[in-house]
Amino acid sequence: MHRYKFVLYRPIQFLPVLFGISIVTFVLVRLIPGDPARVLLGTRATPTAIANIRSQYGLDEPMWLQYFYFVKNLFHGEMGKSILYKIDVLKLILTRIEPTLVLVLTSVTLSVLIAVFMAALAARNHGRFADHAVRVVSTAGIGFPPFWLGLMLIILFSVNLDLLPVSGYGRTLGDKVAHLILPSLTIALSLSTVLTRSLRAAMVEGLRSDIATAARARGMPERVVFWRHVFPNSMVPTINLLAINIGWLIGGTVVIESVFAIPGIGQLLVRAIFSRDYMVVQGVAMVLACATVLINLIADIVTVAADPRVKL
Amino acid sequence: MIGATILLVFVLAALLAPYISPYDPVTQNTDLRLQGPSWAHLFGTDNFGRDVFSRVIWGLRVDLQIAILGVVFPFIIGTLVGTVAGFFGGLVDAILMRLIDVILAFPFLVLVLSIIAILGPGLTSFYIAMALVGWVSYARLIRAQVLVLKNSDYAVAAVSLGFSRARIMFRHLLPNAVAGSVVFSMSDAVIVLLNGAAISYLGLGVQPPIAEWGIMVAEGQPFITTAWWITLFPGLSIVVLAFGFSLFGDALGDVLGVKE
Repeated sequence: MHRYKFVLYRPIQFLPVLFGISIVTFVLVRLIPGDPARVLLGTRATPTAIANIRSQYGLDEPMWLQYFYFVKNLFHGEMGKSILYKIDVLKLILTRIEPTLVLVLTSVTLSVLIAVFMAALAARNHGRFADHAVRVVSTAGIGFPPFWLGLMLIILFSVNLDLLPVSGYGRTLGDKVAHLILPSLTIALSLSTVLTRSLRAAMVEGLRSDIATAARARGMPERVVFWRHVFPNSMVPTINLLAINIGWLIGGTVVIESVFAIPGIGQLLVRAIFSRDYMVVQGVAMVLACATVLINLIADIVTVAADPRVKL
Repeated sequence: MIGATILLVFVLAALLAPYISPYDPVTQNTDLRLQGPSWAHLFGTDNFGRDVFSRVIWGLRVDLQIAILGVVFPFIIGTLVGTVAGFFGGLVDAILMRLIDVILAFPFLVLVLSIIAILGPGLTSFYIAMALVGWVSYARLIRAQVLVLKNSDYAVAAVSLGFSRARIMFRHLLPNAVAGSVVFSMSDAVIVLLNGAAISYLGLGVQPPIAEWGIMVAEGQPFITTAWWITLFPGLSIVVLAFGFSLFGDALGDVLGVKE
């Protein structure tokens, strides 16, 4: 169990980063020219509301004291009120978290499935046509703009084949699943290009390794050598690559939610930017940054669980 | 070779846009609304009757600029910061590295969008946001190289000859450290191009009626059921340009002996 000790002290190592995240988001909103109270409340705010926010955030106090108020409010779960929705930002984000979370999870699962299939196809046919085809597809695929790819999938599956809904999110479970297939597939296809390249390289190397040779010498069929010995080892670097790309994945979700009109955090962020709802922008940026830090911790745990040789 | 050819053709097309585009990219013609591809209009026309082919060529100018300027500013800042951090080490290095950790904790696009939210939509805001966020990758790459190189024989020799720190950093270390960043900048150009187009697609970058590929995709979206050509061609152009950068970057890596 001592290999998992890092789960306890790693969050302490994250403290400086979390401190930095709070500073960046704090500074961001205060860089906007003009009276911060008006910036945060919008132009049609009542004098009482302005007085309230002044005292809650200490907006007449020096900067360092304002930051102190900001953090104090954070610890009470207060990120301010949205101008547009008139409710607390954290509550607002929580109501929007489900579609985003589900979208991220299904996209990651799908992209790993696609990447494993493509990489296995390439590695087991190393140097042959399938290998070259996969390499060309994954190199070109990196340059596919996800927002455009999503629209092309809509044309194919929703317009021409009439199989899936064009956009939106649905109310019942089955309806939600139907609405999430195309957006997940869009993100998964984009993400899988990066994964495929690394997975293929790891698999090609694995097939040449002593482990594989030893397994073949014991008379194991090539299929078993590959899936039982080569494949599990090739997954470890892929988990790290997934963790590195998690920020990219979340950014992609923001755009894809807008393409498919999914009411998640990404769409909330884009709408907030248009309506100058700065409290929401600040809150979403902070929540997504913290989520990225948390996912990296989870990736570390999975890596340690997957590979007994890894020590953190 | 293929990559270099694609890039060369695109750069020439961007430079010659006024001469090779058959129609004006912004002039509207209501008689020609939503016409499919034909010999007169290779890529069809959009809902304002504008020639999509001409708009794709003019859009190339903007998107090429996005891919280049969106990489150049982060490259310069990151290279300077990385060289200084790697060379001086100690407190300077520690502070800069923590700053990089914090910036990397944010999802890239989310931080860029937040900065654009503060500065207001537009291409200038996009470049500023890219410069503020994008430098971290270059700084890390250069710093790692400088850390190794500053203990090399020629660097030690330069120190013992009494050369100034600036001279050692920028005349001796930097030229040898920069190859990896140059190769990385090609794959970075792909990401910057996609991000720039995505931000314009969201309506936060280039503003209409300027022709730009991301915005053209957004403008075609309401018509995808009837007029697919408005969205197909600008997106396809992004794919080809990005492919050009990717291939050119791979080839450059082979020539310079840099592994990714």
